[in-house]
Amino acid sequence: MNILLEAFKQSFDLVLMLDRDLFEILFLSLKVSFVSLFFSCLIGLPLGTFLAIKNFWFRDNILIIFNTLMGLPPVVVGLIVYLIISRSGPLGWLGILYTPTAMIIAQMILIIPIIVSLSAQAIEEVHLEYKHLFLSLVVPSHKAIKAYLFDARYSILTVMLAGFGRAISEVGAVIIVGGNIDHLTRVMTTSIALETSKGNLSLALALGIILLSIALTVNFLLIRLKIRAKRRMYV
Amino acid sequence: MFKKNIKNELKISPIKIKNISILLNDRIILRNINCQINDKSITAILGPNGAGKSLLLQTINGLTPILNGEITYNLRQLDDNIRKQQAMVFQSPTLLRRTVLGNMEFVNSINKNTNMLDVESILKKVGLEAFNNKPARLLSGGEKQRLSLARALLIQPKLLLLDEPTANLDPYSLKLIEDLISEENSKGTTIILTTHDMSQAKRLASDIIFINKGEILEQTQAKIFFKEPQTIEAKRYLTGEILL
Repeated sequence: MNILLEAFKQSFDLVLMLDRDLFEILFLSLKVSFVSLFFSCLIGLPLGTFLAIKNFWFRDNILIIFNTLMGLPPVVVGLIVYLIISRSGPLGWLGILYTPTAMIIAQMILIIPIIVSLSAQAIEEVHLEYKHLFLSLVVPSHKAIKAYLFDARYSILTVMLAGFGRAISEVGAVIIVGGNIDHLTRVMTTSIALETSKGNLSLALALGIILLSIALTVNFLLIRLKIRAKRRMYV
Repeated sequence: MFKKNIKNELKISPIKIKNISILLNDRIILRNINCQINDKSITAILGPNGAGKSLLLQTINGLTPILNGEITYNLRQLDDNIRKQQAMVFQSPTLLRRTVLGNMEFVNSINKNTNMLDVESILKKVGLEAFNNKPARLLSGGEKQRLSLARALLIQPKLLLLDEPTANLDPYSLKLIEDLISEENSKGTTIILTTHDMSQAKRLASDIIFINKGEILEQTQAKIFFKEPQTIEAKRYLTGEILL
């Protein structure tokens, strides 16, 4: 109980004192998570849309594969990315091991299946609802896709939230490919792991509380938005 | 401008349906359908539930693949130009997850012949001008159907297909929709509608297609159909008997 109280106190102190190291770690965590989410959406949303509206014989199998990949173990992803980008790996010449870029790549591999699978579900729902109407109105494909994405926007926001949640809380892959290097690749989760291993439980808990607060704030805002949309029957 | 003229000059009726059959889930739902929809007519498709009325309407709109036979629209095969001359109002209105105006704007954005002035005047015509910013899916049943009709009218179709447009509506919405149907027809729009409302069919239709178990049993003028139906099934249907 004392540890918890101390952790709360310490986390407040860290935030109130505008601790430079803390904000550096926090900023990098958010940067890595948002950048990986952005690129994952760039790849995942068109792919999800394609799978939602096109019917071809192995479509269901692809969806099954993406659904399975949602449960990819982060350490395995970290290890594979490590093997590929390490000095002796096929992409070793890029020299991105132990950089935020490597962390972003690893997180993208973890997030893309979430974006593809969940956005495909959300868009398919709208597509099935609008299919006959759009056929009847002779809506060109590009306008139909734009309409699906627009009208599924609140569900897609939830999908993005799921991707962000996976990214911000991820530790296994980023610690392998990022190396948890102070002032370079240290993020909230890897700091927590480090402080725990050093026995500095109060600081680890304080960081955990801050991390949770960020996730809670983002979730709160998006869920409020979705509730508002539900009231207007936009979802 | 050139495109606009071509579209306006394209005549798509009479519609001739020759020997079409429709297969759904390995079952023949419509069998050897032969009929003709006259230019500028109002044709009511009548028949019991499950007879294939809605499917026939959707087939004319090109939404259902045909197993055999053909449909010609003023001697032309169905293509995108012909489809753009048609507008369909579905039995359960499919409304976009947007406001009333958002729904109209979407149709306006794909239809180059209309503008926002048309949108406003049509919304006024269907009595929805005060609901511009209301989410469409929060409208009542009658309002939804009116919005659906407004969206169809915005296309300025040559052929208007209405699948039970007034089912379960209050008298105000019913009268408003019927008046709009008559008005559209008087402008030269060919109209095909399905209905279970005999008095509506009598009020609106010039021609009747009576369909039962996926087959057309009668096609005749409305006044003849209601006065002297030719088949036993039609007679029984008109007297309210259940057709099995």
